[in-house]
Amino acid sequence: MGVWQRMTMIFRSKANKALDRAEDPREMLDYSYQRQTELLSKVRRGVADVATSRKRVELQINQLEQQSTKLQGQAEKAIGVDREDLAREALTRKSAVTNQISDLKVQLNQLQGEEEKLTLAQQRLSAKVEAFRTRKETIKATYTAAEAQTRINEAVAGIGEEMGDVGLAIQRAEDKTAQMQARAGAVDELIASGALDDMTQIGGQDDISRELEAMSSQSDVESELARLKSASHGGAIEGSSAAGALGAGTSGQPMQAGAEETPVQQPEEGRA
Amino acid sequence: MIVRILGEGQYDIADDALARLNSIDNDLGVAVESGDEAAFAAALTALHDGVRAAGTAHAPDSLDESDVILPPSGASIDEVRELLGDDGLIPG
Repeated sequence: MGVWQRMTMIFRSKANKALDRAEDPREMLDYSYQRQTELLSKVRRGVADVATSRKRVELQINQLEQQSTKLQGQAEKAIGVDREDLAREALTRKSAVTNQISDLKVQLNQLQGEEEKLTLAQQRLSAKVEAFRTRKETIKATYTAAEAQTRINEAVAGIGEEMGDVGLAIQRAEDKTAQMQARAGAVDELIASGALDDMTQIGGQDDISRELEAMSSQSDVESELARLKSASHGGAIEGSSAAGALGAGTSGQPMQAGAEETPVQQPEEGRA
Repeated sequence: MIVRILGEGQYDIADDALARLNSIDNDLGVAVESGDEAAFAAALTALHDGVRAAGTAHAPDSLDESDVILPPSGASIDEVRELLGDDGLIPG
């Protein structure tokens, strides 16, 4: 026997089992309709759940893309101050982030696919439930219990197949979403634990930023020193650099003034 | 004849397309039996494509039962075995 005959038989036998329960076949109509509307709510919830998962993955991709940009910037900055080791570290982390992003994009694609499938399943079921409702009222109004049996069987079996299909689609989507959520949780943890997120802290909480900042404040001190030196030097020799000396002087003068009072000089050394 | 592709909906198929689809279905059965995932995926895709090409969408608001029900696209052998509710071998 081929696959499709067997598949068909299994669906049929499930639908028939449901039919056996009712005493008055017309009660079966209401019972079935109630289950249909329940399934419709369930598939709507399913669509909402998949959408929530999708949004979460989208958010994570955004966060990781920001990290990637930041790491790129850090690498450039590190090269600018001639620290290849730091640049290498930043690029290594960026490559890990990039891998994570492409992984998440695959997941995002799958979730979008599931969301679309479930939405279509919802529309199909919705059309059939509406058709069933109309048929149900007609059957109840037109036939006695005995006469109605065959028509009820047909209607219930017809929609039973759709319900089996939609139930399966919901389950497939739930399975996919559960897998994604476990992985999305791991990414959240990774971001929260600092392995990745530390890199993006404004104010430079991570080691690369700290080093880059230390270096830039060091070079600030050096250039300040150089300015001070040239100011005092140039001021003694030449008046033509007065503009530059004055410019440096605006920041240099208070320090020089303070330099005469020893206590003020202390924090200056501490900062350097 | 009405064919349902699970997860996709129902199609009306002309009877003369049936022989060809039946032969693909046999390939599918062989692949399920042997556990050949690649052959299975190829046969399932061919079957779906055949149904979509030969069929027209059945009215969405009908309550007609399908004559034939096919596994959803992208299904694995394991999923189909699960759907068939057995250990994977066609019973005697």
